[in-house]
Amino acid sequence: MKPTAFEYAAPANLADAHASLARDGAKALGGGQSLAAMMNLRLVRPAILVDIKRLPGLRGFIESPNWIRLGAATTHAQIEDGAVPDPTAGLLRHVARGIAYRAVRNRGTLGGSLAHADPAADWPSVMAALGATIITAAERRLPAETFMTAPFTTALRRGEIITAIEIPRHAGPWGYCKLNRKIGEFAHAIGIALPGRLLVGAIEAPPLMVDDPGHSPTPLSRIALIRAIAMRDA
Amino acid sequence: MSTPLPAALRPAQREGVGASVPRKEDDRFLRGRGLYVADIRLPGMLEVAFLRSPVAHGILRAVHAPSGARVFTMADLDGVQPIRAPSSLPGFRRSDQWPLARDRVRQVGEPIAMVVAASRAEAEDICDQITLDIDELPAATDMLAHRAGPTLHADWPDNVVLHTLVDHDLSDIAAPIVIRRRLRTARQHMAPLEGRGVVARWDSRAGQLEMHSASQMVHVTKTGLAECLGLPESAVRIISPDVGGGFGYKGILLQEEVAIGWLARRLGGTPLRWIEDRREALSAQANCREHHYDITVHAAADGTILALDCEAHVDAGAYSAYPFSAGLEAAQIASILPGPYVVPRYRCRTWSVATNKPPILPYRGVARTGVCYALETTLDAVARAAGISPVALRLRNLPPPEAMPYTNITRKIFDSGDYPEALRRAAEAIGADAFPARQAQARAEGRLIGQGFAVFCEQGAHGTSVYSGWGIPFVPGAEPCQARLTPDGGLELRVGVHSHGQGMETTLAQVAHEILGVPVSQVQVVHGDTALTPYSTGTWGSRAAVMAGGAVADACAELVARLTPMGAHLLQATEARFEAGAVHANGASISVAEIARNFFRSPQNLTEAMQAQGLDCTIGHKTLRDTGTFSYACHAVEATIDTATGRVTLDRYFIVEDGGTLLNPMIADGQVLGGTAQGIGTALFEEMPFDAAGQPLASTLADYLLPGASDVPDIDIIHMETPSPISRFGQKGIGESGAIGPPAAIVNAINDAIAHLGREITDLPASPSRILAALA
Repeated sequence: MKPTAFEYAAPANLADAHASLARDGAKALGGGQSLAAMMNLRLVRPAILVDIKRLPGLRGFIESPNWIRLGAATTHAQIEDGAVPDPTAGLLRHVARGIAYRAVRNRGTLGGSLAHADPAADWPSVMAALGATIITAAERRLPAETFMTAPFTTALRRGEIITAIEIPRHAGPWGYCKLNRKIGEFAHAIGIALPGRLLVGAIEAPPLMVDDPGHSPTPLSRIALIRAIAMRDA
Repeated sequence: MSTPLPAALRPAQREGVGASVPRKEDDRFLRGRGLYVADIRLPGMLEVAFLRSPVAHGILRAVHAPSGARVFTMADLDGVQPIRAPSSLPGFRRSDQWPLARDRVRQVGEPIAMVVAASRAEAEDICDQITLDIDELPAATDMLAHRAGPTLHADWPDNVVLHTLVDHDLSDIAAPIVIRRRLRTARQHMAPLEGRGVVARWDSRAGQLEMHSASQMVHVTKTGLAECLGLPESAVRIISPDVGGGFGYKGILLQEEVAIGWLARRLGGTPLRWIEDRREALSAQANCREHHYDITVHAAADGTILALDCEAHVDAGAYSAYPFSAGLEAAQIASILPGPYVVPRYRCRTWSVATNKPPILPYRGVARTGVCYALETTLDAVARAAGISPVALRLRNLPPPEAMPYTNITRKIFDSGDYPEALRRAAEAIGADAFPARQAQARAEGRLIGQGFAVFCEQGAHGTSVYSGWGIPFVPGAEPCQARLTPDGGLELRVGVHSHGQGMETTLAQVAHEILGVPVSQVQVVHGDTALTPYSTGTWGSRAAVMAGGAVADACAELVARLTPMGAHLLQATEARFEAGAVHANGASISVAEIARNFFRSPQNLTEAMQAQGLDCTIGHKTLRDTGTFSYACHAVEATIDTATGRVTLDRYFIVEDGGTLLNPMIADGQVLGGTAQGIGTALFEEMPFDAAGQPLASTLADYLLPGASDVPDIDIIHMETPSPISRFGQKGIGESGAIGPPAAIVNAINDAIAHLGREITDLPASPSRILAALA
């Protein structure tokens, strides 16, 4: 379980990062919590690994009255710990606390999770439900709802880097239910209930807005959504 | 035999038998200073990777390696013999397990080629470039469906490794209650934190292969390795350093050890290293627990067992692993299926069936876990049919304390204890009497809760007379300990067992302290090196506390016998007594350290005969009867079923355990808790699925689920301490106990929660999908 040989690039700025990512076989590295494991299994064999998590502008946050913008390299642990503000009345911190286990949360990043686009991950569903916007270095603004186009596939163009995620303020209430075999494992279903907005995720497809739990695509996602609604309304 | 005080009455500062002395080895483990095989770095060391079979069954036509790469196949391993682990049981079919596949592959993950490179990554690169010509054959993947074939071994008429039959005539039994169940346990992977690993080199000065290997049984490994390599045993040294969990996974001779041993000798000094990674472990070593039972209990109307009838299958995998063999597990089923109960009539047929899966290994609990599951879940069905509680049914069928020692239907001799009392205490602790009302209340609120019990006994430390009957490559004899005093009064204990989490560096030191009075801090336990320790079969079968503990006591007692006249001589007395680490005579005393100093550094102070005798002795220990100690336990669990998701939550968990005299109660608790966590894995999580072609489908820990900290409830352990009449301090083997009871107790709790719906769980693990299927 060792990766194939690869070149490692740690660009100092976005221009260098883009230049590296334009090369054949280049792959962006965030926290590496999915990518490195896949490389060790030799499921992914990048020729060049472009480490973008220390790029200027990908950390920290900007607040406005209506939204908060979190740098793409914000870690799950920073959200869990309240090191960045939570504009969603606790939903982000609640979700962050339930991602894998602490060692993964220390390194894994918000932007990396969105770009990886595993349907079973938490952030793609949460950001879609919140109506967040994914902002890229190309200054494109991509709605989270349509960002994942298929499992492990996104609206990003080749070499395009996520710089920030703009999250609308949400006063609550909210309900979040992730069903999995054991704590820390990937979800078998996610249900999110906000006022007037219901979403199911981890359905082996991009997250899906539904108007009623009965329209959930799988039995487990229906249960997750029912429980999320109960949590929201409790 | 001395019987120490109950734990609560023992003064805290004592450090002999029965004291919860903190583990000596934890000083290095907790500081991250343990030394495991993967920590060993030797100058010039090269890395080995194995190219493994991608298919479960096929004819190996050719291996095409890139030119210039160091790639070895079985054709290169001149003079190497296959691993052979036959049993002398009648009808046992032998098979050869070559260190690298020859002509045919029989499981996914079977090593085909050994690749050497400067780094593991480069070695894996070379593996990627090797192409294989394999004509794939149909795979035998199910022990029931494929018993007759497709056959794995060319000269076998079918896939039956071993067939056993205990045949009492049951034709006259006309029982009012007849309960029959067909039950299945899943194939598992043992998943110790540390996998296997080998670092080896040829020591040209010693003329010896020096192999570091994560092993529970260094001496047995050495014997097997020497035989396969055609070397005298003196030319092989096995060193097993700190080991991160054994559980049986590290109790065998590895194909990798043979292949690497051959190459290390050929290279004449270049060290080689192979560290098993998690993917190799999961895809090539899901090697335990897979049983099928067709079990029938005949009972009287009041629940009294009249007869037990069973046909059991064990999926034995592709080969017979050394030294336990492919037949041990099923044969053990036949001998222990009646459990702790009074069973008047018994019939049991077993089949060990070869399949295109990893060779079966004895995992902590061995067949006991499956047997306990089969019998205990069926007995709960009997209780439901009889209209009595599971506790009442068991109390009706357990042997009473006055029957001890009790010889059961398969001639197992339960040495001591009060089995019904263990059950009563567990039932009281979990509140069994009040539970039906709580359960009814919960149902009224739409919640399903249940309680489940499992009672079992564990034969441990059984010896020569038991194992000689199996006729497998090793038979345990007297367990040796070499005890050596040092000139400063310290004590070295050299033992052939191995400690890989059990805390034996502490417990064996406590035993020595009990006899010799040397402080635990001054006792060094030397283990895990064939060059430094006396020959032993090693650590397996819940035997070390009983056998090595007894050996340490005997060796230290021999030192006392030698020290006492020396002390008397030094005190110029004719009579003396030994007590608390000193020889006492005429109102004066001389310590062990002082006598040792005289012996080693001023021998002129002792007689010629005393000088010749020495303060270094090796003594072999046997229990008074070698049929084993029988610890026993009752697990009681309360569970909630989420009917929407099928998820089971363990709300409360009690264990009443009788391990006889506990050498160190804290360490015994740790053993029971660790085993129980593994048992919870068997009950609820762990399963290696194989597809119809024999491909294992869980090659990472994201797919093969192990219980995590949040899946293990707080567990209360209640000790009974009935001394064993056959062991040195009354201690009983309990190393495997915790892993035996959980699947039975947990599934009984699940079934208790859903039985009113007319539903039952039959197959392990009781995963959400199985729960939902049962409720559908």
